[in-house]
Amino acid sequence: MTDSNTTACACEGQCNAAVWNELDEFIASHERGRNSLIQVLHKAQELFGYLPPDVHQHVADQLGLPVSEVLGVVTFYHYFSMQPRGRHTINVCMGTACYVRGAKKVLEALQEKLGIKMGETTPDRRFSITTQRCFGACGLAPVIMVNSDVHGRVTANKLTGILNQYE
Amino acid sequence: MSRTRIFVLIAIDANTVIAGAREIKNCFSAEIGRLGLSDEVQVIETGSFGPADAGVLAAVQPDGLVYGNLTMDDVPRIVAEHFVKGRVYQRRLLEGEVPPPAPDDADARHTQRHGRIVLENCGRIDPERIEEYIANDGYLGLGRVLTEMTPTQVIDEIKTSGLRGRGGAGFPTGLKWAFCAPVKAREKYVICNADEGEPGTFKDRLIMEGDPHKVLEGMAICGYAIGAARGYIYIRGEYRLSIDRMQRAIEQARKFGMLGRKLFGSDFNFNVEIRKGAGAYVCGEETALIESMEGKRGLPRLKPPFPAQVGFRGRPTNVNNVETLANVPVIMRRGGEWFRGLGTPGTPGTKVYTILGHIRRPGLIEVPTGVTLREIINEYGGGMQAGSFHMAQLGGTAGDILGAEMLDVPLDYDALQKVGHVLGSGAILIMNETVNLRDFLHVCLRFFYHESCGRCNPCRNGMRVLRDITGRLKDGCAYRDDPLLMQEVALMLKSSAFCPLGQSPAAPIMSAWRYFRDEIMLGVDAQAVRPRQPRNRRETLQAAV
Repeated sequence: MTDSNTTACACEGQCNAAVWNELDEFIASHERGRNSLIQVLHKAQELFGYLPPDVHQHVADQLGLPVSEVLGVVTFYHYFSMQPRGRHTINVCMGTACYVRGAKKVLEALQEKLGIKMGETTPDRRFSITTQRCFGACGLAPVIMVNSDVHGRVTANKLTGILNQYE
Repeated sequence: MSRTRIFVLIAIDANTVIAGAREIKNCFSAEIGRLGLSDEVQVIETGSFGPADAGVLAAVQPDGLVYGNLTMDDVPRIVAEHFVKGRVYQRRLLEGEVPPPAPDDADARHTQRHGRIVLENCGRIDPERIEEYIANDGYLGLGRVLTEMTPTQVIDEIKTSGLRGRGGAGFPTGLKWAFCAPVKAREKYVICNADEGEPGTFKDRLIMEGDPHKVLEGMAICGYAIGAARGYIYIRGEYRLSIDRMQRAIEQARKFGMLGRKLFGSDFNFNVEIRKGAGAYVCGEETALIESMEGKRGLPRLKPPFPAQVGFRGRPTNVNNVETLANVPVIMRRGGEWFRGLGTPGTPGTKVYTILGHIRRPGLIEVPTGVTLREIINEYGGGMQAGSFHMAQLGGTAGDILGAEMLDVPLDYDALQKVGHVLGSGAILIMNETVNLRDFLHVCLRFFYHESCGRCNPCRNGMRVLRDITGRLKDGCAYRDDPLLMQEVALMLKSSAFCPLGQSPAAPIMSAWRYFRDEIMLGVDAQAVRPRQPRNRRETLQAAV
């Protein structure tokens, strides 16, 4: 184990030994080495909410990889984030179908409403905004996804109602 | 009395879950239970019916009706009116929708116009129950293959069928398998490419959510044909429902002996595992996908050697798209000759499209190859929603932009190639005159710029240049030579980029230039003067300050 238990992260002290143990168990159930890296990172992001450097180090140690390689993979894929996320992540779909149906206006309204830019988190850690390529829900364009709930046919006016559902 | 009189099939897929399909389903069950109809009316979860914007959908069998846009208030009314009194609840009846075909006219169904092969079970069976798939001739193809045929015969049958890869490139599937089969190796792999990244395409997602066992059966048949004992499905991490349903399907198939060791009493072993992707457009390219599966950055590999020789973990690997593999079980069940007779001679069979944009009924359709764009808009899409047809993009962001002249070209690989276009992944985005072409082009290029993996220089830099040019065109401040430069860069990318992603901007750019030259030229400002480029180091430094 590394000394990572002491590090502060998004979960504000709750990321205790149990979470690390769960990650270790997951790693132990997979083969050691590079092949499992992405699956392990998926799990780690699910547990921690994001992937801070000490998680990279830990995963690298456990899988027997250089930490540079872990960092390379984390930064390559959009799904992985190195920034602490808010309690709720708002994903705005920027696929062509959503764009044609006004996703840009939705994003602008959202940014104005929360007072943060794309990729940032509100000071109270309630929301983060990210954008993504197509969700594959183009029939309902424009689409936003809050955590894992997808909201279709979003307009700037509907945003307040949607955001109020998440505390 | 315990005979089921009515089946209510509720579509639970990515689109309907958003609209609250799960809640409606529970509401139906509760209401039916409350009225004591549980024995007579059965509520079943199923996959997509096709329409993507009609809210929560429920089909009632054997009446063959589809209700759409359901709300909680409608449920007691439908139960009281339709199920108790037998009167159809007109208010939510979907007009003109293709109802899920009745189960007993299998032959008629396949030959008629609305015939479905890949989606034959979507919206009709419960995807979470293997029994229903088996009852609809599921795993019959695999059984036939394992008990009656040699691997070579399987490949010949696929060659006879003329099946071509449905991921976009249209490579003959039989030929692909034939490359991989003779290679000697300790282990081989079948990979199902479910990293559906092309914006506007969601056919693979709905296939996996509606009929996951079909994909597994296709993989197992492929495994037998090429001599592989392991299969992987590479699914986008965002597709949670697909991952859940495929996982459940794998577990059930293992339990029923459709996956595992010594299948159907033969010596053939086959197992399937899911690998989650992490969101990179380039990973749809097969070698990049393999790199990603090995836990690396998803950078494409140099070909040759092709994955058929050196693939996953350096061993022979066959990569096929979800839709391609979903065609395989039906071909094995009904024969290659039968399949060849469908669609056009060059591209037999059907194609699953997702139709989107300014049409009345966006959604998922499966049509024989060779149907024209006009027919798709009018017959399947219910006509334009508002305004008139302006342009269409065929096959996602990397696809060609077509003008009204191309409305009557049959959609198959060969016919489109003759007029200089490609079919692509199956997304058809229809746009009316409210969409500004230059704006649209810029969105496409911004996407490519963002998704360029950085592996090769032409793509890494070329995408930025193209993004900037289209941005200037959009803002109406492009330099006079920008349209020409844009084409030059696009063609340079096409001839020199390392992988298909880098080559793809040529498709939207060159086709847009072909049909909408005037509109592009509107973005040019005749007075704009390109700033002088720095000529030496001193000027460069000055420019930087």
